Amino acid sequence: MAYVDISLRVNGMQYDQSVEARQSLADYLRETLHLTGTHLGCEHGVCGACTVWVNGAPTRSCITLVASCHGSEIMSIEGFDNNTQMKALRSAFSAEHGLQCGYCTPGMLITAYDIINRIPEADASRIRHELAGNLCRCTGYKGIVQAICRVLDKNKIEA
Amino acid sequence: MKAVNFDFYQPASVEEAVDRLSDRTIFTKILSGGQSLCPMMNFRLVRPDLVVDISRIETLQQINPIGDGIRIGSGVTHSRLEDGEVNGKTGAYLRKVASGIAYRAVRTRGTMGGSVAHADPSADWPAALLAVGAQMEVIGPNGTRTISAGEFVLGPYTTALDDDELLVAIHLPKLSKRARWAYVKQSRKPGEFAQAIAVFVEDEILGIKRTVVGANHMCPVVIEAIWDGEDVPSMGSLLSGLNGYDYKVHLAALRKAEKGLRDGLC
Repeated sequence: MAYVDISLRVNGMQYDQSVEARQSLADYLRETLHLTGTHLGCEHGVCGACTVWVNGAPTRSCITLVASCHGSEIMSIEGFDNNTQMKALRSAFSAEHGLQCGYCTPGMLITAYDIINRIPEADASRIRHELAGNLCRCTGYKGIVQAICRVLDKNKIEA
Repeated sequence: MKAVNFDFYQPASVEEAVDRLSDRTIFTKILSGGQSLCPMMNFRLVRPDLVVDISRIETLQQINPIGDGIRIGSGVTHSRLEDGEVNGKTGAYLRKVASGIAYRAVRTRGTMGGSVAHADPSADWPAALLAVGAQMEVIGPNGTRTISAGEFVLGPYTTALDDDELLVAIHLPKLSKRARWAYVKQSRKPGEFAQAIAVFVEDEILGIKRTVVGANHMCPVVIEAIWDGEDVPSMGSLLSGLNGYDYKVHLAALRKAEKGLRDGLC
């Protein structure tokens, strides 16, 4: 098996180690670091469950090699525990029934975090467009869209 | 779904990358953003011996004005073009195309060069770059050569690149203020691969007037479309080789693009 030496930061912690060249970032997070909040659905970039935050941008961890992440700053869902905006999103998802089984939720939250930061003026239609890359089989999306709208509205009032 | 075991090399320069492509006894794949290659490796449709990851080569990340045109490094991500790093009419065109590719979390890693070198028959950039008459700058062991967009993509997943060559940049014209264009991608939901692509680009000052049909299972083609015409239904005769639903969805894309152009929406 071919290995590569990498150095990266995950949720604020520094890791210097040897990884399998073929290992995906998702498998590295789940199996090497035991950060199982990142979920794997389709493993080919369609469902969005594995979306994490890499160098300040949402990224599909199932189709990103961890070897390519040498020198990167990564945040998985666990790293957002004390993030104010993510706390607001979690409360809004709960209040608006934005989840049922919860499998898609970590990816949904990271995508929602990207939307509220990148497109603060987004309306419900734009949010639906941006959520096209995250599949949910429980909620019918309505609660998720409402939850993101709720946080955006709150941000506008506080701005 | 896990990729096969492969060796991994992350060169710091184009020269180092090209050097590693020279060994023809092994199957080497270049990884740019990996947003097509990694899924294909996960499915084991692609089983390389060596992956050369070019994502850390800084010169491939640059966007520069050069003469009358714009040079876009092959490693520039779709999201940078979506966010408007290129100005003017050309920038607006790139923005429109980039923003319709897959999803934001894919666009942040996927690159223009990777997309056109992969040459998926349903991808956006091969058709979009052909319509504006882009030129591909390629480096190999014998130096640099330039390939026009029309001669670059030869068929599905097939390009004019040799095994030991690397696409380093895409050269685009600076469209004038009078240029007009329409880009229509038909897909079942936002971000999916196209079922049909239709592009019109006209720039009187640069002498460009081109209509391109893409996502036709082969490679994008230039067609002699009617512009601003009353005779749009006859466009169907231009779609040779497409039948049934394929024919209908391509005709719909052409009509939508032509109407968008006439209404000045694009």
